[in-house]
Amino acid sequence: MNAPRGTSRWMSKSVVHTLLLIAALYSVLPLIWLFTSATKNVGDFSTTGAFELGDWNLWSNLGDLFAEEDGVFLDWVRNSLLYAGLGAVLGALICAACGYAIAKLDFPGRRALFAVTLAGVLVPTTALALPLYLLASELRIVDTFWAVFIPLLTNPFGVYLARAYAEAAVPDEVLEAARVDGAGELRTFFTIALPMMRPGVVTVLLFQFVGIWNNFFLPLVMLTDPELFPMTLGLFQWSSRVSQFPQYSPLVITGSLLAVVPLVIAFIVLQRQWRSGLATGSVK
Amino acid sequence: MTIVTPDPTGGKTQKDTAPRPRRRSRLAPLVLAAPFALLLLCTVLVPIGYALYLSLFTERLSGLGFDGPHDVFVWLENYADVLGDAAFRESVGNVALYAVIHVPLMLGGALVLALLLDGATVRLRQVWSLAVFLPYAVPGVIAGLIWAYLYSPNIGPLNDVLPWDPLGSNGVLPSIVNMATWQWMGYNMIIFYTALRTVPRDVLEASTVDGAGPIRTALAIKVPMIRPTMFVALVFTVIGSLQLFTEPLVLRSFTTSVTSTWTPSLYVYEAAFISNDYGRAAAASLLLALASALLSALVMRLSARRSR
Repeated sequence: MNAPRGTSRWMSKSVVHTLLLIAALYSVLPLIWLFTSATKNVGDFSTTGAFELGDWNLWSNLGDLFAEEDGVFLDWVRNSLLYAGLGAVLGALICAACGYAIAKLDFPGRRALFAVTLAGVLVPTTALALPLYLLASELRIVDTFWAVFIPLLTNPFGVYLARAYAEAAVPDEVLEAARVDGAGELRTFFTIALPMMRPGVVTVLLFQFVGIWNNFFLPLVMLTDPELFPMTLGLFQWSSRVSQFPQYSPLVITGSLLAVVPLVIAFIVLQRQWRSGLATGSVK
Repeated sequence: MTIVTPDPTGGKTQKDTAPRPRRRSRLAPLVLAAPFALLLLCTVLVPIGYALYLSLFTERLSGLGFDGPHDVFVWLENYADVLGDAAFRESVGNVALYAVIHVPLMLGGALVLALLLDGATVRLRQVWSLAVFLPYAVPGVIAGLIWAYLYSPNIGPLNDVLPWDPLGSNGVLPSIVNMATWQWMGYNMIIFYTALRTVPRDVLEASTVDGAGPIRTALAIKVPMIRPTMFVALVFTVIGSLQLFTEPLVLRSFTTSVTSTWTPSLYVYEAAFISNDYGRAAAASLLLALASALLSALVMRLSARRSR
């Protein structure tokens, strides 16, 4: 009786691992293709196999990338870092403050604010981009840094998560004790509540960083000046020339690799943070 | 929302005799909530209101046209134009077909992978889940470009392997489904897996003791317990499907099979920036927002009924 049972267990174990392996290959192979292709010149690109390495041209591709159009790619890198870095830090702080206020404090309009926030989660960013453009053009701030930066700070889902984190991680007794000690509400938030909410806030920050870094539609409608482009928009613009000018392909591919690598590294390094953050968020 | 500054001298004492330190705490919550409330107002509510206003006007030449164009109030004419436009209806048909394939494929795949990961015998859980999650970190434009190259003849391998042309007029829909599925399956797998970890272990042990196999346990106990999480993922995926934009736009540089109005979002983009018809673009984008709201309300209705 033991033997067949052992065999079927072994069978199911290998089936499970085979399926997981297929899923992992499906997910990772396109990224490996991106890497091998970034090392090829235009000739090798169409003559060598997709996952084969040709001559090692990564460094010369990188040189070409940063030299193209007087080094505009460096501007795009800087812009992406500014939009996403500054936006995520500021955005996460705004979410944390509002989520904490909704969860732990009482103020007029608290319920209404939360209801509108929940509705805001369901308003898709793509449907908002055109109304934002129309408003920005009325205000004559189209094609400026702020026209992209400010709308991307708004993160209703982040507020929803921050509220859940505040409810789970900040006990009322601690806040009561701080009040009895005479600490002001703002000081209590910054010195006591915010540190307690840290894993959750880091999760909001990381996901908002990804959201802004990956955002495309808003910069596409708002910006025409290439010096304000984030990497996604700049690479898209180059890619639209590929069919006429194949020499743009290595630039687009090497640039894409540079746009992907920082996030992949961030997700690998910060694994414990975002995994535990998602866990807290999903319970509520 | 109006911000009322409290009178620090306290003209009238509060009825509920709050403890003394509470007195100055009335302004602080507003200070904490105000930045987000302002953002929500200025970047969500006002733009929607303004688009609603613009959608009721259209630009017309008056008289002989010497005075230049005028904005004319046209009631719901823009909405009627959009709904009557064959290109718009075709774009809705495209995303509907896309959603019918993508939503079950992606969420089903994510659920199966999450259940496999949650199984007792799996080794290297972290490695598998991280690998499948990674495409989420790739910007939509870049994911679109990678796959566009993989589909391209002479460059990518897929054109030779597949029995159909992935960039041909019948091939682009499955190609776009694949791009989006690749991006979102891992993310949803992690969400489902995280929810599965909260299923009480003693319940699972009890079912094993009762003689239920792993597949039965998964279907009869685990899946029903994470149903709320699955419905939330369903709402977000349906909304996301309606907004489909980046992947088809990127493919337009690689194939002529994707028209400039292939999805409703592309239609909005075309109306606003190629035809310069802001009234029609505003109407189309509000119709899109309305459709998302109605669909998510419908899904949540369903979920409330199911969990009863």
